Amino acid sequence: MNLLKKITARPWEHAGELEGLHGEFIVTRTASRTGLAVFLAVLSSMFLLFMISYYTRSLFPDWEVLADPSVLWINTLVLVLASVALQFASNNARRNSDEKMRRWLIAGLVLTLIFVVGQFSAWNQLLNAGFYAWENPSVAFFYLFTGLHAIHLVGGMVFLGRLGVNMGQEGGRELARQRVSLCATYWHYLLLVWLALFTLLLRT
Amino acid sequence: MAYVALADRDHEQHMHDPQSFFTKYIWSQDHKVIAIQYSLTAISVGLIALALSLVMRLQLGFPDTFSFISPDEYYQAITMHGMIMVIYLLTALLLGGFGNYLIPLMCGARDMVFPYMNMLSYWVYLLSVLVLCSSFFVTGGPTGGGWTLYPPQVILPGTPGVDGGIVLMLLSLVLFIVAFTMGGLNYVTTILQARCRGMTLMRMPLSVWGIFVATILGLLAFPALLVTGIMLLLDSVIGTSFFMPALLSMGEISEHGGGSPILFQHLFWFFGHPEVYIVALPAFGVVSDLVAVHARKNIFGYRMMVWAILAIGVISFVVWAHHMYVSGMNPYFGFFFATTTLIIAIPTALKVYNWVLTLWRGDIHMTVPMLFVIGFIFTFINGGITGLFLGNVAVDMPLSDTYFVIGHFHMVMGVSPILVIFGAIYHWYPKITGRMLNDRLGRIHFWLTLFGTYAIYLPMHYLGILGLPRRYYAMGDTSFIPDSAQTMNAGISIAAFFVAAVQMIFLFNLFWSRKRGKPSGGNPWKATTLEWQTPQTPPVHGNWGPELPVVYRWAYDFSVPGAAQDYIPQTMAPEDVPTVDDSYDGSDGAHS
Repeated sequence: MNLLKKITARPWEHAGELEGLHGEFIVTRTASRTGLAVFLAVLSSMFLLFMISYYTRSLFPDWEVLADPSVLWINTLVLVLASVALQFASNNARRNSDEKMRRWLIAGLVLTLIFVVGQFSAWNQLLNAGFYAWENPSVAFFYLFTGLHAIHLVGGMVFLGRLGVNMGQEGGRELARQRVSLCATYWHYLLLVWLALFTLLLRT
Repeated sequence: MAYVALADRDHEQHMHDPQSFFTKYIWSQDHKVIAIQYSLTAISVGLIALALSLVMRLQLGFPDTFSFISPDEYYQAITMHGMIMVIYLLTALLLGGFGNYLIPLMCGARDMVFPYMNMLSYWVYLLSVLVLCSSFFVTGGPTGGGWTLYPPQVILPGTPGVDGGIVLMLLSLVLFIVAFTMGGLNYVTTILQARCRGMTLMRMPLSVWGIFVATILGLLAFPALLVTGIMLLLDSVIGTSFFMPALLSMGEISEHGGGSPILFQHLFWFFGHPEVYIVALPAFGVVSDLVAVHARKNIFGYRMMVWAILAIGVISFVVWAHHMYVSGMNPYFGFFFATTTLIIAIPTALKVYNWVLTLWRGDIHMTVPMLFVIGFIFTFINGGITGLFLGNVAVDMPLSDTYFVIGHFHMVMGVSPILVIFGAIYHWYPKITGRMLNDRLGRIHFWLTLFGTYAIYLPMHYLGILGLPRRYYAMGDTSFIPDSAQTMNAGISIAAFFVAAVQMIFLFNLFWSRKRGKPSGGNPWKATTLEWQTPQTPPVHGNWGPELPVVYRWAYDFSVPGAAQDYIPQTMAPEDVPTVDDSYDGSDGAHS
């Protein structure tokens, strides 16, 4: 294992070697990709802790099962499509076909917007049915989960919007191309989180 | 793939050069300025927490004397003192302050990899501090629920600060976590991606290792505090019942029902225990570097030190419930956590042995930083050993709610990291300002602080064994506590006022030496690490001039046989090392 090799190196030997002990390359990825990976680890910790709390609470005898708003199924499909659209945008960015990349980006942005609006309408359905957060823990958890997930998507959309601005600027295109793939990763990640949350909601 | 340094690939040499006073000192993206901003803010808010501890000591030492300290105010002082010291002082100073200053310099980078986000991190931190402090001025004052903020009591009427204080506290914590995450992403990414040529992971100084692992702990543990903070905020503001059970409050059935306070405790301590190591690991790292530099000897067992840091980091995530033995738990559960707690003592003890073995037959220079390091080793052993008592369920039960615990954790995570912080400031102040701190004042500061803190915290262990309960505003008439306990409490209070006053010597030194201290030159301690090899002192924006440094060796080449000097900087190629005779073969360090 590479990491094991790295941390078992004997640093007091090999003075004068530059490329590192055991031929270790020091920089192998871009900083922004590493930054994103670390950020996703932070988010994973957060969502995982929420899910554990939710699951633990659902084991109590007084747990009330939540009626799933039907719109959630459609929302899930929309989010899958958004993720696919961003993957296409990222593929086209790699091939330097800017026009196609732009089209897929816009498609991804619109689909994400539909998802977020869809989540709001799920909230609406629940509120109209008389499910208030302060009355029932399972409803409270539902609002909390969907709200936090949506906030993270909205944050991603702001980043996508900035990327659109970059595209318009001279010299910003290269930067935009690099960032599209980060966005795609982020969207796939949030799709996975949503699928996990949705499964958990369905099963409890 | 060939090596390309990040700073050489990007156009970072011309990045955001400071234009005016504001961009240079206020809206700065330079990691060194941000580090100083973080440190000064943390120290300022720490002084507030220090003043609050004196309020507590006035009441405890001399009950019924000061009419201006009501029970409510006493609990508010406890809560704010604890929270500020742990989060807003120690975490912010060690990671935001030292992390920001040392990581790019010690790794040979020009700056953090995301400088803008780094700047944002400081300003959100400052905002969190302001939100926290604003709770002193709202109706009802700050929250008085204890720093652990346990529900249900913390948001029920009758607890001070239930109107606005608790909301501001939770908002402030959420902001702090956002700020920390922005900073932490920077620290980790910079260490992984922006090290200069030749700086392999195992050539990094242990300070960087400690900060690195502590930051990862923070990034994974603070989300637990975020989760609890958000859920408690909703319980308190819109009346959800994540943590709030159905209960009678002030004779009425509360509107909550179905929540689990124990769930809060699990989440809180899932953050809370790693938090101890978020504070301790950077301190461990810094001590390792200070002990090597001032004993002129390579650190004993470098690889073991790195592995111990990693092991402590991993194990610290599976010990949290030892804070909850008295909450009631399955005995097997308690057994598991007692075992993991005792296991974590092994890598920790290994580090202590290695510090002592580094001192063994070293060329020890009794400088002020070295004094603080030795003070730390003593204090950390004292505090650590009482931890072994408390880690066992059966011993913890009777001691948990007594002064024994106060004595233990103040020794191990209060005084110990603070001694390291002092040592580190005496050590790096010459690099930050270009001037030495006054040596005589430093020595007075050290001895008075060390003996003063022992006068405060050692007696607390005895009080705890007597059964003196913690968290009490006043003891009242308790038959099992002798009168002498109160005399001891008064003595502790006097020692506390004394230690607080002594810190003014340090503050005076800090400001006085800024202009009048002895000029230090670039490398006054003759240290090997990169930050001492910068072309200018203090380092300018961009740190390194036109060329990034190149690292040829590890950070601990002290007293190498055959070398003319007793230290070889990391940037020195083997063929450039001046020798006294031919015994230096140019390849190895001394003590492999």
